[in-house]
Amino acid sequence: MPTGVIIHVLIVICIYSILSIGLNIIMGCAALFSMAHAALFGVGAYASALLALQGFPFWLDLLAGMFIAGLISFLIGLPTLNLVGDYLAVATMGLAEILVSIFRNWDAVTRGPMGLPGIPPASLFGLTFDSPISFLGLSAVCLLIIYLLAERLAYSPFGRVLKAIREDEGAVQALGKSTFWFKMWAFVLGGATAGAAGSLFAHYFGFIDPSSFTLWIIFFLWLIVILGGLGNNLGSIVAAVCFVAIREGLRFVGLPGNVTSAIQQILFGVLLIVMTIFAPRGLIPERKYKTRYKSHAEG
Amino acid sequence: MKMLPQLIVNGLITGGTYALAAIGYSMVYSVLKFANFANGAVAMIGAYLTFLLVTELGIYLPLAFLISILATALLGVATDKIAYKPLRQAPKISSLITAMAISFVLEAVVLLVVGAEYRPFPLPVAEGWRLGSVYITPVQTGILVASVVCVAGLWYILHKTKIGRGMRAVADNPELATINGADTDRVISAVFAIGAALAAVAGTFVGMDIALSPTMGFNITVKGFAAVVLGGMGNVTGAVLGGLILGMMENAGVWYLAGGDGRWKVTIAYAVLMFILVVKPAGLLGSKEESRVF
Repeated sequence: MPTGVIIHVLIVICIYSILSIGLNIIMGCAALFSMAHAALFGVGAYASALLALQGFPFWLDLLAGMFIAGLISFLIGLPTLNLVGDYLAVATMGLAEILVSIFRNWDAVTRGPMGLPGIPPASLFGLTFDSPISFLGLSAVCLLIIYLLAERLAYSPFGRVLKAIREDEGAVQALGKSTFWFKMWAFVLGGATAGAAGSLFAHYFGFIDPSSFTLWIIFFLWLIVILGGLGNNLGSIVAAVCFVAIREGLRFVGLPGNVTSAIQQILFGVLLIVMTIFAPRGLIPERKYKTRYKSHAEG
Repeated sequence: MKMLPQLIVNGLITGGTYALAAIGYSMVYSVLKFANFANGAVAMIGAYLTFLLVTELGIYLPLAFLISILATALLGVATDKIAYKPLRQAPKISSLITAMAISFVLEAVVLLVVGAEYRPFPLPVAEGWRLGSVYITPVQTGILVASVVCVAGLWYILHKTKIGRGMRAVADNPELATINGADTDRVISAVFAIGAALAAVAGTFVGMDIALSPTMGFNITVKGFAAVVLGGMGNVTGAVLGGLILGMMENAGVWYLAGGDGRWKVTIAYAVLMFILVVKPAGLLGSKEESRVF
């Protein structure tokens, strides 16, 4: 297989890993059933792209993408984080669709289905990342930074409260914690991460259009997050490697585009159902906390 | 202003189809406390079954409709047995994920078998009628009538039959119902069967009213859910009411706010949904405990 293809696949893996880590914070740690993640990915991408097309530097549009995605997460979270799981799911689904609708129909700004072409390559500290291998370096570094931050977060006191909320929200409230704000922070941070991934996506492909940010992407991300183990960031990366490889690999089988994507959908859908029934915590469970005293149950 | 009666009538017709889909959600929710996202995909399957029976096998439309309804009802029960039953005790999030996964699988299967293009439903072309400033086609009249018949039939089942009593009992208090002799499993299967059957009717109507495409299921899911939230989760009357209101708001909204640009229809439906979720998540007829975390 030509090196160019491998590098391309690795870059896509990095971007999806960043997305999954973000979703892991929202869904894995805090168990918030958010369908808005892919749309926030799109928000980051569009925001970054529009700024870059106006001539702003990469670091600025990256931060802007993260900030705007985080801000929209905040606005989305305000009315919805109070709601029970089913309602939250539908509310975020609705918001995701509204955002995608805006991408598709706000022709004046986003050029609708025609997308935004000609996004300039990223450049930082005088280096321009316009070759695939240099971009791979950039995305790998971003992934590493985000992974380390997420790990610190997941095993920090904040992370512990999130996981406690996941297990039993009522208990956490009884202990006096404002679960709403913890969930909100998780949501905003996850959204900002998606925004960062979006910015990278825009600068790598040089062209974005609404079809990259639909609900199908969320579905793919769920698979990665669940298979990798809820709350387990390393697991998400491993799962991202598997799934992106399968997805890109299927492209080379030689069947027409919509047949392969339909087959993907069936395969992944069935896999997701099987996983949910038989291994809901994922194939690789979370790291256990080290405690000073062993409980009686463990002997 | 001149368009208003026409908009209302169109709204009632589309709303009727949403109401039928919404009833399926409402019933499953009231019995299992679980939002069956796959209902829209099931409706899509019902639509395609009717379509294929008519176009590929040349079966007479009403008969094809009936066969499709029965087959889809079986599909509904099957999805429960295969994918939801093992997750009865699991956290809610698992069932939601599975339901979405089923939707995607069904959509992809249809895409592979039939293809992704929009297919118009072959209907006999006939003159419509004019009533004042309102124009209505025979198909639309058929939809209205059938919707009313379905809702009436459902009311009859719920209130006058043994299984209907069982459904209401389980919805109210599952343990007490079991103690009193209700066969919960049968009730749940019946709920899924009826929900799926109604979804098939709704789907076929949508197919007749607009067109068929593998992604139509998702649309129906959202509209159905919006209708249920609007009317109150777990409440069949609410579902019907929500569906009708949603249909009318959609049509009026597209006309008055978007200059008739149909692309914004879905956005308006979502906006209505969001508005209700923020203002009164319990819906017009629902109760408070269902929706809020605290």
